[in-house]
Amino acid sequence: MTDHELALNAVRLRQRLLRLIANAGAGHTGGDLSCLDILNVLYHRVLRVSPATRDDPDRDRYVQSKGHCVEALYVVLSSCGFFPDADLDTVCRFRSPYVGHPTRKIPGIEMNTGALGHGLPVCLGMALAAKMDGRSARVFTLLGDGELAEGSNWEAAMAAAHHGLDNLTAILDHNTLQITGPTREVMSNEPVGDKFRAFGWEVREIDGHNYAALTRALTDPPGRGKPTFLIANTIKGKGVSFMENVAKWHHGVPSEAELALALGELEAAEAAMRFTS
Amino acid sequence: MSAPASSLFTPEALAMAEKLGLGKGRANLDEFAATLGDLARADRNILAVTSDSRGSGKLAPFGHALPGQLVEVGIAEQNLVGIVAGLAASGKKPFGVSPACFLTARSLEQIKNDVCYSDVPAVLVGISAGVSYGALGSTHHSLHDFAVLRAIHNLAILAPADNFETREGVRATARSSGPVYLRFGKVPLFDLHGPDATFETGSAITLCGGNDVAFIATGETVVHARLAAGQLSEAGVKARVLSMHTIKPLDVDAVLRAGRECRAVITVEEHSVHGGLGEACAAVLLQSGVAVGFRIVGIPDEDTVTGSQADIFRHYGISMEGLAMVAWNLLAL
Ligand SMILES: [Mg+2]
Repeated sequence: MTDHELALNAVRLRQRLLRLIANAGAGHTGGDLSCLDILNVLYHRVLRVSPATRDDPDRDRYVQSKGHCVEALYVVLSSCGFFPDADLDTVCRFRSPYVGHPTRKIPGIEMNTGALGHGLPVCLGMALAAKMDGRSARVFTLLGDGELAEGSNWEAAMAAAHHGLDNLTAILDHNTLQITGPTREVMSNEPVGDKFRAFGWEVREIDGHNYAALTRALTDPPGRGKPTFLIANTIKGKGVSFMENVAKWHHGVPSEAELALALGELEAAEAAMRFTS
Repeated sequence: MSAPASSLFTPEALAMAEKLGLGKGRANLDEFAATLGDLARADRNILAVTSDSRGSGKLAPFGHALPGQLVEVGIAEQNLVGIVAGLAASGKKPFGVSPACFLTARSLEQIKNDVCYSDVPAVLVGISAGVSYGALGSTHHSLHDFAVLRAIHNLAILAPADNFETREGVRATARSSGPVYLRFGKVPLFDLHGPDATFETGSAITLCGGNDVAFIATGETVVHARLAAGQLSEAGVKARVLSMHTIKPLDVDAVLRAGRECRAVITVEEHSVHGGLGEACAAVLLQSGVAVGFRIVGIPDEDTVTGSQADIFRHYGISMEGLAMVAWNLLAL
């Protein structure tokens, strides 16, 4: 996919995402929109995994530590063909396997997450297993910035560097907001890059909505013997004007009118993109 | 304040062990480490994962012999369980070994989500469990682990009583496709089984038959129940002793048979009287309409008495003498 095709895919996925959340009556809208471009690049450009290879021991792994943004993962996995789009109409319904956090019952999902601070330790185990077996598989996780207050992340940060896991990349969805408000005010993690550098990681920082930058940062060879910490600077609610940088959209569900307004904006953006192609 | 008890067994209990022909075993933890080493030599996917606990887990020889199969994570139990889950999700058979007190409290959420809910074939080994750490105090006791782990779906819970149960339990665990918790103390005890014994996860082993009273005991308290049965037998009371090495899935049939066939049932565990083997058995019996004299012997819900493991056992009646007394009292009702 070209950058333009990825962008076109993203604007469509944002529409699908909002319809999904409105239909489910639940979702973490703001964070879904902030991490969607990262997932779009990961699954369409970086990860060596597909519906056909989802059980291949050599596949790359992605574990979404910020599990509450599962709706973004659902729409991206569906766009890759892991399951039919119609499944997403069942999200959060009685007896549906598509619950409000990732589970391994869904094709393409590697680990059940949702409680924060679990993804990085689990990915350490996966990265260690790949090293032991001499496999080239890479392991990725996505962390929220509010999530970094969980101490288990720092246990894992220490251990990943100690074990020299250069096949491990932790991506920070650095939207600087969490449910209560700005992360700097709730529990500052800054300077987060310096902290991970001090723990022995290679730290990269990019615009988390820029496809070329994301691709480079996720595919450039890692520092030898060092895990990679990628700070992806993002905008919570990205792509919908009235949701951007507004903490209340953390798990806000759009009303019918808000959904129409948001879809209108995204359809206009899609039309403009088609026109420029 | 008296001097610490030097042994879990009084001279009379030791004499009874000799009379019953119980041979001396090594610590179950040593048996675990040796069995794991044997299994790991034959299967490179079997790993030991430690939190600065290879010494207390008796795994130093394992680490020397198979350095590529021992993963050290430092003193970080949450990280240990997460790593174990990730390894298990990637085709490994990891045994995460850490003191039971830390492993099953500090990392409980990792056990619940990363291991059980995610359904990966990880093994959690709680060492120095119960009051094994004795006088180190309640920070180091695990009297809650059965209770909290029983309430989590998708976890087998094993507490072997002797070297045979340990060896067979570890082998069965290595073959298991689901999550398992293994619980070990650290002192050498007695061998309780004859050469014909068989082990199956989820099936209690009857150590001796009898219909007056049944002891349903688990882990390293089973030996005391066996000795109490010996003492009772000399007074003409026939006691059945079940080694309930698997707390979950519980051998419901064996519990019901004991309740229906005996006049009294006494459960024994190195655990809080809340939420462990005793309450599990009580629920089985009551919900099947079995009314029988019943006592739960364990650690009561109080500030645990201080002292060595032997002191604590004796204080709460987890001893040949204490258990025989409970049986007498119950049968006299
Ligand atoms: Mg955030």
